[in-house]
Amino acid sequence: MAGLGMRDIKRRIKSVKSTRQITKAMEMVASAKLRKTRGRLEESRPFTRAWKQAVLGFLGELQGTEHPLVTPRETIKKTGYIVIAGSRGLCGGYNTNVVKQAWEHMQEKKATCVVTVGQKSWEYFSRREVEVPRSFLGLAEVPDFIDAQEIRRFCLEKYQAGEVDEIYLVYTNFESTISYKPKVLKLIPLDEEALETCFHTDKSLMEEEQMRHEAAVKDDWELTIYEPSDAEVLGRVVPGYLDSMIYGGLMESAVSEQAARRVAMESATSNAEDMIDKLQLQYNRARQAAITQEIAEIVGGAEALK
Amino acid sequence: MAAKLHLEIVSPDRVFLDEEVDMAVVRTASGDVGLMNEHIPMVAPVAVGRIKIVQEGKVREAACADGVLKIRGDHALVITEAVEWIEEIDIQRARKARERAEERLKAKSDQVDIDRAKAALTKALNRIQQYEHHQK
Repeated sequence: MAGLGMRDIKRRIKSVKSTRQITKAMEMVASAKLRKTRGRLEESRPFTRAWKQAVLGFLGELQGTEHPLVTPRETIKKTGYIVIAGSRGLCGGYNTNVVKQAWEHMQEKKATCVVTVGQKSWEYFSRREVEVPRSFLGLAEVPDFIDAQEIRRFCLEKYQAGEVDEIYLVYTNFESTISYKPKVLKLIPLDEEALETCFHTDKSLMEEEQMRHEAAVKDDWELTIYEPSDAEVLGRVVPGYLDSMIYGGLMESAVSEQAARRVAMESATSNAEDMIDKLQLQYNRARQAAITQEIAEIVGGAEALK
Repeated sequence: MAAKLHLEIVSPDRVFLDEEVDMAVVRTASGDVGLMNEHIPMVAPVAVGRIKIVQEGKVREAACADGVLKIRGDHALVITEAVEWIEEIDIQRARKARERAEERLKAKSDQVDIDRAKAALTKALNRIQQYEHHQK
């Protein structure tokens, strides 16, 4: 940029300044939204966690019970995915990270299809050679439980109709305002191991549960009644459980998106500031150079007149 | 007084209740179940209906949607997709939901929609019933 004149530099400063204003505003909007969605996430976590713990308990106790939603199918012909991404860009690597994670996971499967949630997820998969049986677009920034139920209904039908033999949920787990990681969770058939690693495991809750279990065993009460029957309970309870997992995934992703956008905009703002500083310095130099040159010319002119 | 039962009720948007109670009555798929401390360990699906809670002689009631009930020793957990105190029921909304569901049932559509409308209708009727019962 050495060759730029003063006027060009001035113009650039102006343009970078207006960019900074935009990114700054977006940062503020994102942090307000982050606060809001995060509050909702905190409220929803006990629900997801309770389901997770409860279902882990069932799976442990009902080992050996044959149920279409629990027993893996012998041959996996087709694998279904639910990929949750954002509906807008300008949020750093948030969207790319989650769809890439899903894409990588899909490479190990024979045949796949994807139910996309969010505009960006759809954009990515619709351009690739993947079947997209349905996409959920235009979900609110704060997801609703009804959205989760809608997604579950569709996917469960596909599973029950035998069109897919397993279903994975890909979402972004919100760990802190600067850390969010894409996660792949095996949704159907229910998988104990997969479940243990997903969402936040509350250690104290686990220990409490363990203690209760031990106390029950000591009292010779280890036998839990499943009313009306094991299979019936699973059949009626699993849809609710799936709702809670999808809802959890939606919530975690929504908060991650806002957090990612805030961080991205924050760094964009600081980059803009650095750039303005640099340009300002250049401008001052150019101005100084111009003045020096002018003086030199005047002096030179005066010399010549003598 | 016998030892109390710790009752926890969670829904997607909040921890509805996390308190010690004397007794609770929860509607499961196979009928109302009374819960007290030292109940036999049990798991049952929760049906759309009412949850009655007895605390220090006082009775509180809540309308509840589908979910699951799990009880072991002195701890009972109800996870449900929606729950509210009877006083909190938005009766206008429930009535509107009933109308919507009825309309959808009349307009003959495919089986999925009918099932969904039926489920919505059950929930709306439950709320209305409980509300009206409470008003009396």
